[in-house]
Amino acid sequence: MSPGFQGRRRSAEPALPPGQYLTEDFPVLSAGPTPRVRPDVWEFVVATETGAEHRWTWAEFTALPQETPTVDIHCVTRWSKRGTTWQGVSLDVLLDGVDTGASYALVHSYGGYTTNLPLADLRGGRAWVVHGYDGRDLPAEHGGPARLLVPHLYLWKSAKWVRGIRLGTTDEPGFWETAGYHDYGDPWREQRYAGD
Amino acid sequence: MTEMSYLDGNMLDGPLREVFAVDLSGATGRCASCGTTGPMAGLRVYTHAPGLVARCPSCAEVMLRLVRGPDRTWLDLRGTTYLQVPTPPG
Amino acid sequence: MSSPLAAPLTWRVARLVERRDETPTAQTLVLDVPGWPGHLPGQHVDVRLTAPDGYQAARSYSLAGPAEGERVALTVQRVPDGEVSPYLTDVWATGDPVEVRGPVGGWFVWRPAELAPVLLVAGGSGVVPLMAMVRARRAAGSRVPFRLIYSARTPADVIYADELRRRARDDHGLDVAYVYTRTAPKGWRGEPHRIGLADVNTHGWPAELEPLCYVCGPTGFVETVADLLVGLGHQPRRVRTERFGPTG
Repeated sequence: MSPGFQGRRRSAEPALPPGQYLTEDFPVLSAGPTPRVRPDVWEFVVATETGAEHRWTWAEFTALPQETPTVDIHCVTRWSKRGTTWQGVSLDVLLDGVDTGASYALVHSYGGYTTNLPLADLRGGRAWVVHGYDGRDLPAEHGGPARLLVPHLYLWKSAKWVRGIRLGTTDEPGFWETAGYHDYGDPWREQRYAGD
Repeated sequence: MTEMSYLDGNMLDGPLREVFAVDLSGATGRCASCGTTGPMAGLRVYTHAPGLVARCPSCAEVMLRLVRGPDRTWLDLRGTTYLQVPTPPG
Repeated sequence: MSSPLAAPLTWRVARLVERRDETPTAQTLVLDVPGWPGHLPGQHVDVRLTAPDGYQAARSYSLAGPAEGERVALTVQRVPDGEVSPYLTDVWATGDPVEVRGPVGGWFVWRPAELAPVLLVAGGSGVVPLMAMVRARRAAGSRVPFRLIYSARTPADVIYADELRRRARDDHGLDVAYVYTRTAPKGWRGEPHRIGLADVNTHGWPAELEPLCYVCGPTGFVETVADLLVGLGHQPRRVRTERFGPTG
């Protein structure tokens, strides 16, 4: 033990997932260089297991019905942030009219990042593609022009610089999931690593 | 916001020696993506992430990923074709 | 230490023996580490702290000079919002334990058997591992010519200022040049500026001499200097870099 060492404040606060501490700032995590994607070349693609593709340009995407969810977010590196407000489009809207029997989604990003999650977790008003944060355009370091937001899972599932979603009948692990992280990643069950 | 939030491959030495009794930061590695060969100490390591991500300084593709859990470590080297480790003769 | 087969890296209990102020924000900490296996200049140690509830935080610090038996010295720059450095500089008391492991890092090192001229370029507290090389050169009686270019914000931020003045005078073959980014001392020629081509060209070695170059500092500083050196014709493999990030 190191006498007098406390470390960063780790909250035993109720309503915070186990092992998390609260932070007021917004740490920037990044596994590589920040992609710079201009909205005029940006597109979002949902591809189904049959190969059918649904595409939105920036103009089409931002013309869809908008929501402003306020949510708590939980990063697997143990920080949590309360009451973050975003602006974007619900996945219910984007998946409406997508004919699929798939059970899984592999999200992919500009820059090559991927992450997997069950398709059901993208539905039911629990997931968004967001392009605004705190009343402003989403900055590139936080995933702008647009990122996925799935706040009920650890934040590595909320892929920054999102480019599309591939729907499939099998669960295909993504960038961190192939390197030891959990396929589902529920912070309340502390599913950090494979097998947790 | 800086674009340069990475460190050098030097810093991989401690984490990798939790797994291997070899100083891999002194090793040479070949990038599986572009074929560039150079010291592992020269990789660009992104540390502000759920694991360590080491990228080729030439093409920026991932050469090595290291994830450390409380009782397990995962090492993914699919982006590295080979590691050349100096070994003393005899 | 030249063998790539390293000893297993284990945490050892170290105790604080002595602390010295180097600048208002940097301290040298002398640790007693039973079983310390020795190290090369440029290597670092990981320091790990443990809170009463078992929470742990670890950071890497460069070793500031050759070991004296089982005593090693680190120079720690206090990062105001840091988690580990303020503990080490403000709370850690003589005799208290912390855990250390090392030495680590087998690339950013200088071996006294090397005969090539050496260029050291330091940004801020990036001078620490480079000072370890300067001290090791002296300790080994090496005649390899060394040049150090040291970029600091102000004269008050120069770590090891007195020792560098003395060594530049007494250590034959060691030249030290400074770049100030905010405030220069009285009588300084030129304006405060960020390090540039002219500094590296004037105070470094010509690429034809094939010097070994060691660059240590914040990421942006290292990027700038490494690019300048390669642009001046230095082989990228002879430009060794150590970037440090904003964690503390």
